[in-house]
Amino acid sequence: MIVRSIAKYLAILWVCCGAAHAEVAVTVGYLEKVEPQPPVLSNLDPIPENEGLAGAELGLKDNATTGRFLKQTYALESRIVEEGGDFLSAARELLAITSFIIVKAPADELLALADLPEAGSAVLINAGSPETALRDASCRANVLHTLPSRAMLTDALAQFGVRRKWTDWVVVAGPNARDQAFADALDDSARKFGVRILERKVWDVDADMRRNAFQELPLFTQDFPEHHLLVVADETDDFGRYVPFNAWEPRPVAGTEGLVPAAWDRTVEQWGAAQLQNRFEELAGRPMRPVDYAAWAAMRTIGESVTRTNQAEAGPIRDYIMSEDFELAGFKGRPQTFRTWNGQMRQPIPLTHPRAVVAQAPFEGFLHQRTELDTLGIDAAESACTAF
Amino acid sequence: MRTFLTVAGLTLGLGLSTAAADEIWVSNEKDDTISVIDIDTLEVVRTLEVGERPRGITFAIDHSVLYLCASDSDTVQVIDPETGKILHELPSGEDPEQFVLHPDNRHLYIANEDDAITTVVDTETRKVIAQIDVGIEPEGMAVSPDGKIAITTSETTNMAHWIDTDTQELFANTIVDQRPRHAEFTHDGSELWVSSEIGGTITVFDRESQTEKAKINFEIQGIHPDRVQPVGFEMTRDGKHVFVALGPSNHIAVVDPKTYEVTDYILVGRRVWHMAFNGDESLLFTTNGVSGDVTVIDVAELAPVKTIKVGRFPWGAAYRPTN
Repeated sequence: MIVRSIAKYLAILWVCCGAAHAEVAVTVGYLEKVEPQPPVLSNLDPIPENEGLAGAELGLKDNATTGRFLKQTYALESRIVEEGGDFLSAARELLAITSFIIVKAPADELLALADLPEAGSAVLINAGSPETALRDASCRANVLHTLPSRAMLTDALAQFGVRRKWTDWVVVAGPNARDQAFADALDDSARKFGVRILERKVWDVDADMRRNAFQELPLFTQDFPEHHLLVVADETDDFGRYVPFNAWEPRPVAGTEGLVPAAWDRTVEQWGAAQLQNRFEELAGRPMRPVDYAAWAAMRTIGESVTRTNQAEAGPIRDYIMSEDFELAGFKGRPQTFRTWNGQMRQPIPLTHPRAVVAQAPFEGFLHQRTELDTLGIDAAESACTAF
Repeated sequence: MRTFLTVAGLTLGLGLSTAAADEIWVSNEKDDTISVIDIDTLEVVRTLEVGERPRGITFAIDHSVLYLCASDSDTVQVIDPETGKILHELPSGEDPEQFVLHPDNRHLYIANEDDAITTVVDTETRKVIAQIDVGIEPEGMAVSPDGKIAITTSETTNMAHWIDTDTQELFANTIVDQRPRHAEFTHDGSELWVSSEIGGTITVFDRESQTEKAKINFEIQGIHPDRVQPVGFEMTRDGKHVFVALGPSNHIAVVDPKTYEVTDYILVGRRVWHMAFNGDESLLFTTNGVSGDVTVIDVAELAPVKTIKVGRFPWGAAYRPTN
């Protein structure tokens, strides 16, 4: 409702500007491609339909409050493309309205969008895909990322393992591409930080785990070598929930289950986060999820840059976002800035279990010449991104 | 002024055997209690049960009552400092976090953190007389010594909002660095200082023009700048020092308010948050949230002298003279 009424004001504001304190009006697009969800064993935790969009809406409200004092107005235009819908024509529609688009879409769709001629000078912010390649060899100069890459998440877990001296891991990965990508990221992080992955098995048991977890998992995990941590790679959220307390050895579970590294979780409450959680809960009626957080951070990134520069053009805003002056207070205790080599937002990664934050990466002792935050994810020296 | 202070100090010293000692009252955010520290023995002598999530804490100018923000109880509690009993509650708006008492000793300006509002309450009639829309997550509150201007800083909007206390309306909004936490006017009222936790700075504004006059940065050897996060701060009346709590860097910075330069850093407890002086400003008491204690700093020596265990997550501190 607020969004709609602000949008109505836009026309008036465009006409007015010429005075010394020119009003600035910014429209931000939100573009989502609904992904087909593979069937999962339990439907206890469906993905909310407005995951992502709700975060953008909260960011819009935050921006609008600041804008009120500065004669800056914000509007949100969203396009949700259902399965089988034409993603690129929706993208073109949005690009005709604005150069700022928050995107929640699979990596290949995001790249197709980025490569549209109309998107050449746009600022696209990826809030939905953790694909590390988007920040590496497949990077695009017009795509920034507020969602952490998979590499950042698994690096956070590896640092935790090293810190606790739980360095011998075994991995159970699902058969889907995303699950395997998470397991591959675990391999890379293990190499980077000195964790040993002793064995990796694919969960390919075609059984209904609600009935059979008790029988299947002890057997499936029985021949694992002696380990400290049983790591689950199940981004699909299929079998992971049945792993804790059902493995052969009594070992803690981590990864996509148990101790989980993520951009955000409902248990984060330090650094003023409780206020952000409350505002989100009030708006959406549910806890904030990592993609909501990334969309919120994307919206706030644009808002913060408009606030500080009093500009609404894509060029100057992108320059400001990538400059040393930009920083966002993202409720994780550190200023959040963007990596100049691939457009990834630096951010701490909380490691949580369902009821509390256990720790937050980067951990003390993992040093970096620039900022400890750059110990998470792809660093400048190893980056294959050439577009920046 | 100085002579008076010295005399007052002496009187206090001499009166020790008969009268009760002065006190520092500390709000414990995660214990729903107040710890009362005896300034002579530097020990906790009383622990009071209060409302939920106590944060902002301040005495009436005559110290007859204590005002306390019980944030999760959505109220400001008025407490008898002699008995520790809650006398009554004031309407405060939702989630009151911090407040400031106007020099008229009557009006409280309260930041409602979850509501983007500053509430003005008359402590005599116990009624809300104004609610002012401010930025998101208002926190820092200040009032000029002449009472004409009240300030609210908003953490997510990153602004200091200037309130005309005659009209209860905003007359200026000035941008500061990320996550402003605390605001104070200088004792002569000519400057407003605002700390920015995530920005890592203090911005000094000229009161007349509301323009930025200086920006103070902090740097502690061996600690990454990201962790050096200025939050609460207090200024000495003699104009010599400003003490700035630097949060998770576990240090207090000492700033020269004339040159805006940092002259010293003092190691204290973990996640140092707010602070209060004793009466003659010879001692400074800092609340250390994560370590759950209070560090006592000798102001003349600029050195910590003692650590006092209090409740969980001590937040604010206030001084109470008893003589």
